[in-house]
Amino acid sequence: MAGSDVITRAAPDTVKILIAGGFGVGKTTMVGSVSEIAPLRTEEPLTAAGLGVDDLDGIEEKRATTVALDFGRITIGSDLVLYLFGTPGQQRFWFMWNDLALGALGAVVLIDVRRPETSFAAIDFFERRGIPFVVGVNGFYGDHPYPPDEIREALALPDHVQVLLCDARERDSSRDVLIALIDQLIAVAVHTGAAPRTDK
Amino acid sequence: MSGGDTDGRLVRLFALTGGRTRPSRADFTLITTVTAVDPPPTWATRPQPEHQRILRRCAEPIAVAELAALLDLPVSVVVIMLCDLLESGRITARAPHPVSCQPEDLDLLQKVRDGLGRL
Repeated sequence: MAGSDVITRAAPDTVKILIAGGFGVGKTTMVGSVSEIAPLRTEEPLTAAGLGVDDLDGIEEKRATTVALDFGRITIGSDLVLYLFGTPGQQRFWFMWNDLALGALGAVVLIDVRRPETSFAAIDFFERRGIPFVVGVNGFYGDHPYPPDEIREALALPDHVQVLLCDARERDSSRDVLIALIDQLIAVAVHTGAAPRTDK
Repeated sequence: MSGGDTDGRLVRLFALTGGRTRPSRADFTLITTVTAVDPPPTWATRPQPEHQRILRRCAEPIAVAELAALLDLPVSVVVIMLCDLLESGRITARAPHPVSCQPEDLDLLQKVRDGLGRL
C-alpha cells in the first residue's frame, strides 16, 4: 500500500473469521464469549453501504436505516490479531456479506436447533462461494436434543463440513468451534500442498 | 434503527466527508490497520478536528472497524477520512494478511490455532 515507505511502529498482521447464521441465533454471544474485548458495534447507513449514494431519489425512507456489525478481537501474538465478525442476520442486508467475506479465513455458521431453517441461507452462501466453514449447533441452555449426524443429514451437509455441538455463551465451547474451523483449513492447506490440483 | 434521522446524523456525516460519498481509494478493509505517523511529515497541513480525533485514536496501530466503532462513525465515513490522512502522509496503512488455504498459509494457520489453544 502507499505509505509503506514511511517507518512507523509495526502494525500486526490481521485475519478474520465470520460468525454467521440466522437472526438471533447467538452470533454476537459467540463473538463476545471468546473476544478479549466486549463486542464492538459499527453501524453503516444503508445508503452509503449498499445503494448508489449518488442516487438518493425515492429512497428517503431508507436514509435512516442502518445495518449493524458486531465484532470482537483475539490477539494471537504481538504480530497477529484475529477479528471475529458477526454477520448481519437479516437476509435483506446480505449485500454486506460479499465485502465481509472477502479475505476471511473462513466462517462458523451457527444453527439454532429449534429453528435450523433460519441458517440455511448462510450455509448456502458459503457453499456457493467456496468459503470454508464449520457448523456450530448452538444448544440454548446447553441443551442438545439431536446428535451431530442427524443435524448433518437434516442440513444435507457434505462430509468435509464439520458439525459441532456448542454453547455460544461458553468461552471454551466457542473456542473449540474456532479451532475446529482452523483444523479444517490446515487440512485443506496440507492437502493442497500434497496433491496440487487445478479443481477445488 | 430509529424511525427517522431526527438528530441530523447523516447531515453531519455528509459534512465530515466534505460531501464525498466514496473513498478515493478502495483498499481500506474492515481489518486494515492504520497507524499515525509521528512526527507528522513537515509538509502535512494542520488536520481538521475530526481528522485529529482519528489521529489520536491511531497513535497505536488499530483496525479500521475498531476505529469506526470507537468514534461511533460508519466505516464508510471513516474510510473517506482515512484516505485524506493517508494522502497527506499522516498515517500508514497495512493491508490484512491475504489467505488462500495454500501450503504457504500453514504457518499462519498454525499460529492462529496455537493462539486459540491458549485461550
